[in-house]
Amino acid sequence: MTGRIFNVVGAMFLLTVCSKGSQSNAAPAAPPPAPAAASDLAAAGGTITGKIKFTGTAPRNPAIDMSEEAACKAKYTTTPTEENVVAGPANALANVFVYVKSGLPAGQTFPAPATPVVLDQNGCRYHPHILGVMVGQNLEIKNSDPVLHNIKAIAKKNRPFNVSQPNAGMTKTVTFSQPEVMVNLECNVHGWMHAYAGVRSDPFFAVSQQDGSFTISGLPPGTYTIEAWHEKFGTQTATVTIAGTESKTANFTFAAH
Amino acid sequence: MRGRGTGEGGRVMRASVAIAALFVFVFALPVPLPASPFPQDTSAGKAVYQKWCAGCHGDNGAGDGPGAKHMIPPPRDFTGAIYQIRSTPSGQLPTDADLLRSIDEGLFGTAMPGWKTRLSDRQRRDVLAYIKTFSSFFADTTQRPQPIAYGSAPGGGGGAEALKVGRQFYDSIGCRKCHGDQGRGDGPSAPTLKDDAGHPIFAANLHENWRFNGGGTVEDIYHRLRTGLDGTPMPSFSDLLEQKFLTDEQLWRVAQYVRSLSPQEPPVVRDVVHVPLAKRLPHSPDDSAWTAVDVYWFPLVGQIIHKERWFAPAVTGVWVKAVHTADSIALRVTWDDRSASPDTSWLPFIGRVLNTLDSDDSTREQPAPWPDQLAVQFPVTIPSGMERPYFLMGSAGAPVYQWRWSSSSRTAAVAGLARGIDRFDPLGAAAGIPTQAVYDHGQWRVVFTRALASADTASQLPFRSGRAIPVAFFAWDGSNGEHGTRMAISTWYFLALDEPVPARVFISPVLAMVLTLGLGMLVVWRAQQKTSYRKGRQ
Repeated sequence: MTGRIFNVVGAMFLLTVCSKGSQSNAAPAAPPPAPAAASDLAAAGGTITGKIKFTGTAPRNPAIDMSEEAACKAKYTTTPTEENVVAGPANALANVFVYVKSGLPAGQTFPAPATPVVLDQNGCRYHPHILGVMVGQNLEIKNSDPVLHNIKAIAKKNRPFNVSQPNAGMTKTVTFSQPEVMVNLECNVHGWMHAYAGVRSDPFFAVSQQDGSFTISGLPPGTYTIEAWHEKFGTQTATVTIAGTESKTANFTFAAH
Repeated sequence: MRGRGTGEGGRVMRASVAIAALFVFVFALPVPLPASPFPQDTSAGKAVYQKWCAGCHGDNGAGDGPGAKHMIPPPRDFTGAIYQIRSTPSGQLPTDADLLRSIDEGLFGTAMPGWKTRLSDRQRRDVLAYIKTFSSFFADTTQRPQPIAYGSAPGGGGGAEALKVGRQFYDSIGCRKCHGDQGRGDGPSAPTLKDDAGHPIFAANLHENWRFNGGGTVEDIYHRLRTGLDGTPMPSFSDLLEQKFLTDEQLWRVAQYVRSLSPQEPPVVRDVVHVPLAKRLPHSPDDSAWTAVDVYWFPLVGQIIHKERWFAPAVTGVWVKAVHTADSIALRVTWDDRSASPDTSWLPFIGRVLNTLDSDDSTREQPAPWPDQLAVQFPVTIPSGMERPYFLMGSAGAPVYQWRWSSSSRTAAVAGLARGIDRFDPLGAAAGIPTQAVYDHGQWRVVFTRALASADTASQLPFRSGRAIPVAFFAWDGSNGEHGTRMAISTWYFLALDEPVPARVFISPVLAMVLTLGLGMLVVWRAQQKTSYRKGRQ
């Protein structure tokens, strides 16, 4: 009996100790994963379209020396180059990630699409070079080359990873838990291989096409800060107000430096 | 009974409360109390951290302490919670046991020492708890590190068949891309490697398992293959097993093969190089005569005495063999170097090295295709006592005699007198030392030859047997930005030349035997003579 009493007292003491400790040690816990929202916003709502251009002369993309990788080199008829600045006709700028930086109602959640975003390693280059993916959505990374690639994600808000794919046909499916613009993806075996993933918790993002155009649709009414991100030219923002199912224009012009 | 029981219980309870109160008074008042499987106190940990860790890792754990700009690899930035040495899959947080291991043992081959013998168990656990507060990932309850369930190594690991399988998969899964064909960290991708923060990083030299960050056993190597080294270019190879491109046994074989590249035990420094007498001088680095000669290992460290100091030397040691004939000496120096400099493909790497380290000079030097160099140093004369010239290239008053070899002129080393680290006076072409050099898969092998006698005994040391001859070594890796005072250095060691064995050593025993036999026979003959004489008289 005395033993039991002692145990009880000891347990109470420990409890006090533990609860004090956790109060002082623990940082605020992350919110639980958001439940999927029922409404499908993409069907209705406003649209933002625009064209992205640059002024000045685009820097030349460096040629890639693939002599170490015959299997990749064989996939090209001309010398492949990096894709740091992909320009279209009339100074159109492709590969710009455009997204809603702020303005969406706080607390509103959006379901991640069931279809994965695919990143292909083919010819010792990433396809696509710039991609957008939602929090919780699968990013499927596959190797179409019979050579060793490692895929390293360099992230700050998400956990990084670094996995190898020495064989053609290997795939790796990953998801991100936090919005982050951008998560850098790179291959260390082939120092020229870089890709960038814009991770968002909403579906309102796009990557500009070869003609510099982009479309973001399904936006609920509101005033939004739209940011355009380019890997070499930096970022630009614009403010756009959507009232209903209208279509607004937001053009961006970067300065090549 | 009941009353007695209550009374006893009451006493115990009062005692317990008193003890609890005492505990609270002792521990709770100055610091908040810990919550953990084992007691950890982040406030006490902070004090330990600030005293012992912040100098490199920075007050806020960002890897930016005052010492940070003097080391490659740089100290860990704790704010990202990205750790190389883990038992968990790539991308996961490390377990407490993983972190404690790095604290206890340190990270071999880096500036991080082990703290097991310097801090108490309590201090190490407290500091571990404090380090975790630098990143919100550790507070995120969705991040639960799950160690990989590792099996154990299949048998036959050292056998030829197992190593052959290991080598086959070393090639097929692409290890050689960074670590090189022979594993010396000289693969085609090596010059482009950088860590997450853009700092330069070497692919490990797999022949130096005592410098592997996470340990050099087969198990350590296998674990690193499974987990990768997060934050570095080294990826995890676990997916290969999960997607059935490789069996677990095959991956173990890779680990066993990698382990086989290093010696059984880390090299031990023996101060005196025994220089045996040979009939013939091996001039070529790969002459078969060298195989019978004992090898000596000497560690090199960065030159941090004179400006500009060098905290990131690439050459970690030299392997030395020497033989001599009746009139000449040959010295073979072997060292691992990831490139045959000058090599322009390493220029961006040099740029990253120079950017990562703080320069002593106000103007930062631009990368240039510097050559690899090696210097062998002797005193100008064999000292009679223990007094030797200053090990770091002598002084104005007491110069040292040096052979300076450079990869840009491989067939001869320049002989000269060094009078301090920044003054080298060549002795002229006639004093030059013939050399033969081979660069082979991440390794230099250079043979220096010279006559034992010297024409100028005042400045060019005559080699003699019977006396220990001081010798020291200096190495520069051009592709690591090394030249001038940016180099790796050793202290003084010794050469001991075998004396030629004089002919009398062989003749004397024979003579002694003949003499003994002759005398013995004489005694016997005399004895027989006496016996027959007595018989005759009877």
